Amino acid sequence: MNTFLLLALVPLLPFLAAGITALLKREQRGLSATLVIGAQTVACAISLFLFAGAITAKSGAIVHNFPWLTFGNDTLRLGLLLDPLSAGMGAMVSFVTLLIFIYSVGYMKEDRNFTRFFTFLSLFSGAMLGVVYSNSLLLTFICWELVGLASYLLIGFWFHKPSAAAAAKKAFITTRVGDMGFLIGMFWLYKAAGTLLFYDNGAGCLEQAALATMAKTMVGGLAVSNIIALLIFCGAAGKSGQFPLHVWLPDAMEGPTPVSALIHAATMVAAGVYLVARVFPIFTATGAPSVSLTVVACIGAFTALFAALIAVAQTDIKRILAYSTVSQLGFMMLALGVGSVGAAMLHLIAHAFFKALLFMGAGSVIHGVHEEQDIRAMGGLWNKMPLTFATYAIGMLALAGFPLAFSGFWSKDAVLHAANLWPVSQLPFKMAAAAAFLTAFYMTRQMFYVFFGSYRGHTHPHESPVVMTLPLVILAAAAVLFSLVATPAWPWFEDFLAGHNAGFELAALREPGFLHVALTSTAIVFSGLLLGWFIYGRRPLSGVDPIEAASASAYNTLANRCYIDELYDATIIRLVALTGEISAWIDRTILQGAVNATAGFSFLISYLSDGIDRFLINFGFDHSCNALREYGSGIAGCEGGRVQGYLRVLGVGMVVLLAFLGWLLV
Amino acid sequence: MSNFYLTLLTFIPLAGALLVALLPDKRALIRAGGLGFAFATLAATVALALQYDRAAGGLQFIEQRDWIPALHIQYFLGADGLSLLLLLLTCIVTPFALLALGERSTKFNVTLILLLQTTLLGTFTALNFIHWFLYYELSLVPAFFLIRMGGSAKATAAATQMFIYTLLGGFAMLLGFLAIHQATGTFNLIDLAKLAHENKLGHALSAAFHWKWISLLVFGGIFLGLAVKVPVVPFHTWLPDAYTEAPAPVSMLLTGLLSKMGVYGLLRLLLPLFPGLMFHLQKPLLAFALVTIIFGAFAALGQRDLKRIVAYSSINHLGYCLLGIFAIAAAGHASVTLGDRAAAMNGVLLQIFNHGLTAAAIFCFIGFIETRSGGLRGLNDFGGLRTLAPVLTGLMGISLFSSLGLPGLNGFVGEFLIFKGSFALTPGAAALAAIGLFITALFLLTMIQRVFTGPLNPRWASFPDLSLAERATVAPAIALMFAVGICPQLLITLFNQTVLNLLP
Repeated sequence: MNTFLLLALVPLLPFLAAGITALLKREQRGLSATLVIGAQTVACAISLFLFAGAITAKSGAIVHNFPWLTFGNDTLRLGLLLDPLSAGMGAMVSFVTLLIFIYSVGYMKEDRNFTRFFTFLSLFSGAMLGVVYSNSLLLTFICWELVGLASYLLIGFWFHKPSAAAAAKKAFITTRVGDMGFLIGMFWLYKAAGTLLFYDNGAGCLEQAALATMAKTMVGGLAVSNIIALLIFCGAAGKSGQFPLHVWLPDAMEGPTPVSALIHAATMVAAGVYLVARVFPIFTATGAPSVSLTVVACIGAFTALFAALIAVAQTDIKRILAYSTVSQLGFMMLALGVGSVGAAMLHLIAHAFFKALLFMGAGSVIHGVHEEQDIRAMGGLWNKMPLTFATYAIGMLALAGFPLAFSGFWSKDAVLHAANLWPVSQLPFKMAAAAAFLTAFYMTRQMFYVFFGSYRGHTHPHESPVVMTLPLVILAAAAVLFSLVATPAWPWFEDFLAGHNAGFELAALREPGFLHVALTSTAIVFSGLLLGWFIYGRRPLSGVDPIEAASASAYNTLANRCYIDELYDATIIRLVALTGEISAWIDRTILQGAVNATAGFSFLISYLSDGIDRFLINFGFDHSCNALREYGSGIAGCEGGRVQGYLRVLGVGMVVLLAFLGWLLV
Repeated sequence: MSNFYLTLLTFIPLAGALLVALLPDKRALIRAGGLGFAFATLAATVALALQYDRAAGGLQFIEQRDWIPALHIQYFLGADGLSLLLLLLTCIVTPFALLALGERSTKFNVTLILLLQTTLLGTFTALNFIHWFLYYELSLVPAFFLIRMGGSAKATAAATQMFIYTLLGGFAMLLGFLAIHQATGTFNLIDLAKLAHENKLGHALSAAFHWKWISLLVFGGIFLGLAVKVPVVPFHTWLPDAYTEAPAPVSMLLTGLLSKMGVYGLLRLLLPLFPGLMFHLQKPLLAFALVTIIFGAFAALGQRDLKRIVAYSSINHLGYCLLGIFAIAAAGHASVTLGDRAAAMNGVLLQIFNHGLTAAAIFCFIGFIETRSGGLRGLNDFGGLRTLAPVLTGLMGISLFSSLGLPGLNGFVGEFLIFKGSFALTPGAAALAAIGLFITALFLLTMIQRVFTGPLNPRWASFPDLSLAERATVAPAIALMFAVGICPQLLITLFNQTVLNLLP
């Protein structure tokens, strides 16, 4: 079977399953889940097969382009691409997706709209895999928007909750702000490169000829390549929850937990990182470090630190993880910004495994304590939910970056190391190091709140069914095992990416500078863990957070997410709403008013002419008639009183009058 | 080469109207008769479209006979890809509206809708200004009576405003064409386009009137007439009232078809006759397009009535057509820009079709909601309807996402091509117009949020989901949204060659 068909099948199968299950009735739950999981299993098998093929392949990327539309004399083509980047990402996405689908069977068992849930999940999977294997920025954009739709539908899945409906809308709208930039960037790229295909035998927009043109053309002091890169980055920042567009991601936790794990932790939110990695040659068209990459690095570093700070003061188990996701996405963006696609992708994949694990573990906890999400009402769950605890602990250590055995350590070190080598500034490195410290700290805090001490809730916690814990065990294994291919001693994954993506020098990872960074980060992680234990682990926790007790104002600022949402509500959102109201008002009063005034004026004129007609002209005419009659009757005595005489006089009078009027007019 | 295809096609609905008028007054019979003729017209149009030689493009099925020789007025019909696209749209939306008419399928209403269809088919095939104009203005008569179907004082006022406003615009256009006739001696649109192409029309006008600004005046008159019809902000005020006060099936016809007469006029009359003037006036014209797009979107955001939201959203969507057309005009005729102009023009044509289909579907759904709510349609009157009416929610949701330009559905492709072309030709205007795309998402998602999600409003404890008949009414439209969204080439092949001919 040819590769193109296989490549196309990976996104098409889930799409097809979504289409079919959309037509199923609510009662056909089993059929819906079977179809969706079956399609996903095949898609996952194919993508793993393709990944295996990509590992062994000697000849670079496989590209298949096909025509979509012909307008004028041009043909717009879309395409699919199998290169190490897409093969690795595709394997991870389809695998994690499959696990979460299976987990969902247990998690959503009681839900009334179980059938529809799997439809939406499958739609998401198809669109996400489309983003991964796309060889055209247009196809990427198409799937990107469909991913956004699936995210919208799934965040708002419990649509009867006003908060879920609002969160769904907020997610779609916020990401669309970024997507407007993406869209304009895409049109600009189309104009500048003449194609939206990434690779096309030397004629693609990521290939030398197009890149050279874009790097040479200057607009407003910036190379066009950098402007386009920044516009595309707007879209990536929206999807990947980068400051200042991060506000939707924590609210997206209103969705069912499998959705949070799948879309808002492991896959979709990483799409922004993947997009930047995909179009990375545009960012570096003017050489690295470029203006666009510097912006990416700064935003990434800031987001990493900012979100980690907010995570410290959250009390909802999923919101902590959400801010942690925002923070980790910041790390990935930072890695891209400092020029290391390898480190970014390494962290992306490692993060996908352990963050999906953490979210599903959180789901298991929430399930076990009967839909409670506040960590202050948990505690002591380690012996009530042992399997969940063990796997969660692995995920937590991976996220915190605990040394050696956990993938998060190696991937985070790769990011820190790359940031440390950045020639422009050391500030991003320092911010990322601080964020790494906070990560260890807030995860320790969460562990103590959730699993240690005594249970503070009022229900009877229980372990989750096997269908939910099995994916946890598999992901926990992945979180550990992935570190085998991620160490600098054998940086297999990065080399795999770099081996086919020429242009990234990764030998630097083996330099002695790495040891320095690794020791520093180990020290950072341990101090974070220790501080966490010092504050939260030594005595039983009550309702008031120890930090809140120490400094209520700082804690509240962080707990309220630095009031960013409030700021947006008070400024942009209000401004847009107000503009709408004003436009409606202008329309109703001024524009419609002008029409009404014109109509009124016309009526006025017609009344006036009616009046003139009736009182002036008619009156004058009647008057002259009367005068004529009197005059006529006066001279009637002289004349014989013949009718012809009257008429003759009348006629003469009319002619004179008309002539006079005519003279007036001429 | 003389045939009667187009004349026959135009008069099928007329014959239907006459027949329905003579039928006994039984609702089912009248409905069946009306639908029968509407579907027959659809079948005939599809047959014509299949018969049309797409590779050749250009005008085909030409009928050309002397009509009033003394005034050089010919009976001159022909169809190219543009005409066929609009014929198809007309023949799809008319039965759609007739189906949506449901209980209101009185003899009067069905007759009027078929009459309206004839005037539309006539407008889209006439190539001589005089009978083009005849059909164009005649369409107002059935539209007027259809809008005031409900009979309320507000409906009458809305219908009157629509009638008078459009009629006045029409007069301005008529005066313009009388001047052109005075200067050139012909009403033949194809001959006039040829003259304009050879740069002779403007000279002829100024020579005949001894005044060099006459072209501008004539252009202004014709533009005004079309601007009212499209409508272009600020000549749009008749539209929200008319769309809102008319019953939903009539709103479907108004937005789906009547507004397209204006865009068709821009493409068939204004652009071919005044390419030079439009090039020189590109800044104000693009400003009109941007105001239409952005103001339309923001005004929709400020509405509280579902129909008014969709009405303003229609204004916004037609604004993209304006953007494409004016960007093409602004590009002049340099051959480097041909690809981008072709993209924009194809986008405009797709947008015409897509907006007609999608906006009609949305009005149809609002009609379904109104029949259940007893006429209520405030943004805040509902809430949580998805609980009780998941099918209605799903299908209307698809239409709304089509309207906001979600890829995979029809709306995206047209807007993509318009933006692709106009961004290359007039980047600033296209970038500003993207604001409209954003605001559209905002008000459409707000609509979904307020009407369908959240806790169920206890007032609507019994809100039946779509019946089988209602599902059958909208199913073809939904299927078309997917078909055009996934495989737009199906439509583009119909008119791509025409587009290349139409470009200056």
